[in-house]
Amino acid sequence: MKAEAIALPRLPARLWPWAAIALGLLLLILVPGIVGTYQTQLLTYGLVMAIAALGFNLLLGYTGLLSFGHSAYFGVGAYTVAFLLQYFGIRSMELYILLGVPVAALVSAILGYVCVRHTRIFFGILTLALSQVLWSLALKFFWVTGGSDGLRVSRPTLLAGTLEFTGSGSFQRFIFSYYYYVLAVFVIAAAVMWVIVHSPFGKALQAIRDNETRARFVGLRVRRFRWAAFLLSGTFTGLAGILWVPLNGLTTPDILYWPFSGEIVFLTLLGGFRNFTGPIVGGIVFTYIKTYAVATTEYWQLLLGAVLVILVLALPTGIVGGLAQLAKRLRAT
Amino acid sequence: MSLLQTVELRKRFGATRACEGLNFSVERGEFLSLVGSNGAGKTTLVNLITAHVRPDSGRILFEDRDITGFSVTARIKAGIARSFQIVNLFDAMSVFDNIALSVFVRDGKTAKIAALADADIDVRRETRELLAEFGLAAKSDLPAGELAQGERKLLDVAVAYALRPKLLLLDEPTSGVSSAEKAQIMDTVSAVVRAGAVTAVVIEHDMDVVFRYSDRILMMHEGAFLADGPPEAIRANEAVTSILLGLPPV
Amino acid sequence: MSILIIQLLNSLFYASVLFLIAAGLSLIFGVMRIVNLAHGSLFGVGAYVAAWLVGRAVNFGVPPIWLLLLIPVAASAVAVLGMIIEPLLLRPFYRRAEEYQLLVTFGLLLILEDLVRLVWGGLPLSADTVMDSMPIVHIGGLLYPGYNIFVIGVGVVAALALWFGIYRTKFGVLLRATSQDRRMASALGLDVGRVYIAAFAIGCFLAGLGGAIVVPSHSAVLGMGVEALVLAFVVVVVGGLGSLKGALVGALIVSLVRTAGIQFFPEVELAVLYLIAALVLIARPTGLFGTA
Repeated sequence: MKAEAIALPRLPARLWPWAAIALGLLLLILVPGIVGTYQTQLLTYGLVMAIAALGFNLLLGYTGLLSFGHSAYFGVGAYTVAFLLQYFGIRSMELYILLGVPVAALVSAILGYVCVRHTRIFFGILTLALSQVLWSLALKFFWVTGGSDGLRVSRPTLLAGTLEFTGSGSFQRFIFSYYYYVLAVFVIAAAVMWVIVHSPFGKALQAIRDNETRARFVGLRVRRFRWAAFLLSGTFTGLAGILWVPLNGLTTPDILYWPFSGEIVFLTLLGGFRNFTGPIVGGIVFTYIKTYAVATTEYWQLLLGAVLVILVLALPTGIVGGLAQLAKRLRAT
Repeated sequence: MSLLQTVELRKRFGATRACEGLNFSVERGEFLSLVGSNGAGKTTLVNLITAHVRPDSGRILFEDRDITGFSVTARIKAGIARSFQIVNLFDAMSVFDNIALSVFVRDGKTAKIAALADADIDVRRETRELLAEFGLAAKSDLPAGELAQGERKLLDVAVAYALRPKLLLLDEPTSGVSSAEKAQIMDTVSAVVRAGAVTAVVIEHDMDVVFRYSDRILMMHEGAFLADGPPEAIRANEAVTSILLGLPPV
Repeated sequence: MSILIIQLLNSLFYASVLFLIAAGLSLIFGVMRIVNLAHGSLFGVGAYVAAWLVGRAVNFGVPPIWLLLLIPVAASAVAVLGMIIEPLLLRPFYRRAEEYQLLVTFGLLLILEDLVRLVWGGLPLSADTVMDSMPIVHIGGLLYPGYNIFVIGVGVVAALALWFGIYRTKFGVLLRATSQDRRMASALGLDVGRVYIAAFAIGCFLAGLGGAIVVPSHSAVLGMGVEALVLAFVVVVVGGLGSLKGALVGALIVSLVRTAGIQFFPEVELAVLYLIAALVLIARPTGLFGTA
């Protein structure tokens, strides 16, 4: 018996995704007005991880390379901000982004040049090993990096110094403003990534992912494209790190440690790596899952591990993939 | 001037002599079939011409230019393209995108990162034309992995053809499909190829196909050429064919 | 001079432990083509189980020399754990993409790390009583724990036993056949499933053994598995994934570099190790003795 529970507006199928995005964006804009400071802060973290995941998935979902070392670029972004504050007294968020993104890009370019000479498991291990090099440097050179204690980062100024957050009630104001700041960056970043993956360049990446041999015999310089994808991927994840550290107030070597790379992989898979919005959903949902896991039980790693295993067993296409399959089945009935 | 010429081309894999001092040339516009039993060296020859494999010695000339040192990309730029015996497609991408990619690469547009692929009208138009020529228009939006085997073989050829090469090398374009489909595939392929005035070298095992479509047949055996000539001449060389291919004497 | 010998012995001690972990990792990869990200955590479980058993035994007044028997017991416990893990978590993924295998073993890592904390708490667990099972040795004018030399001995015996088992026994033939061509082996009537579970159990035993023999010297702490995994990776990268000889040589090289590093440039000692791994991967991705 078909149930006509909700009268859905008659939209052509093509417009549905855009309607959903518009709705989602509207919700995101309204959130701080509806929920409290804590929830807003949480969602900001979620958006940051969504940006990191978008970057990561350019490499995994679109180019077919699984990196287990993306913590390196996130960490480079975060530590660059910390250094800019610590050693140059810079407090402008715009400068953090303007100076931090090229640094992340440079590191991605160098490490990527080395890593893309290999594929599959060796690529993964190489990315892991190189991220560990950075981790060990951050840990050991404590007089520069603050060692295991890390470096503190105070609230930056937004919009070219026009917004400062000091004094009473400044935390709430900061969270409120920073949320919209990050949201704006997120929308721009997502739009840029969307264009990238739908461009001829993006098609070339997908071809390389699907069939490296054929891609080469169609005339694509495989290694060059992989390197370019790696560069873009690391830069996006570095941007996420830059946005993360003012929110967190502190950066430590933990975000360079390889299990954090594993988290990035986890959350991308949680959302689904075979489509564009999967990583966004994964980044946000994972942030919530992890926060509530940590708040609920001391053994949140166990919980997350179990979630991951169940996810890979039961829902390999992730949340978005699973929803897409469900939608297909509903439309067929 | 021949389109392609090989001079004393040699390749060994360990003790196996895949190609022994091969000398031959292909003229523009020819539809040449390369035949021979398994292990005769046909695929190795194609691999050598397309730079999948490097020769031990010898030269390859294309339009009188020595391309022996050219990389895969350089040879494609020069005008050589190939399809594969075991179908090699971009399975997760649509049929449309499979062909469009070749067009993008050929036009040097793959570095474009700030423009939408679907917005390129010229590429879309040409892709649609190619789809129509190859009879794949109806399946345009399907992922390549979902096509039937015969269609996949056609698409494999189309992806190579979309590069608008001067020389098209096809490795067993009809293998793995039913006899009825074989004729369909070869009808399409030969029609497109001749209409485009593209020179074709086709590795093929099915002698019916070979005799029906080829201008010229080149037979290889154990790394060397055994016979070379138009179908009538080869057919007349019945001793060769019946011994090597187990056909009843013509 | 005596200091040099002691440094050398320390290197060999460390190499023994690394070898056990790396050999297990390599064996599992060689036979099953799985990179087990939880392998280090199994090493950690071995350490904790051993330390816990030793603690119980000491309470019962068992003399130190008998405590040594608990080492293989702890290792076997990890092997049993492996025999539960393989059919539950790994078998569903053999036919699936490599990415999923990595993820499920990463999930297993998270689970094991917290399981250890759940069972044994957050404080380090030590088993130094076992050190008393072996007499102190005099080297030059310096004192050196005989236990460390015992560990080196265990490493040597393990290497020989593995070599013998893989290259001289019928089971070893089965292992090698399966690792070289799984489908062919299966077509020949080999029960690949049984070979897989056995290989995984042996790999887990080796990891657990590594943990059990190191814990008298270095207490079991949380996160030791995560750290160990990366080092094991460095070893197999240098030596070659899937190669027993590679695990041995890799362990020796990594150990020597680490000891020299701690001595001469402690800040970058870790970084140097990972850099070496990276360099080897760049120059010779299959490692010194690896099969791709």
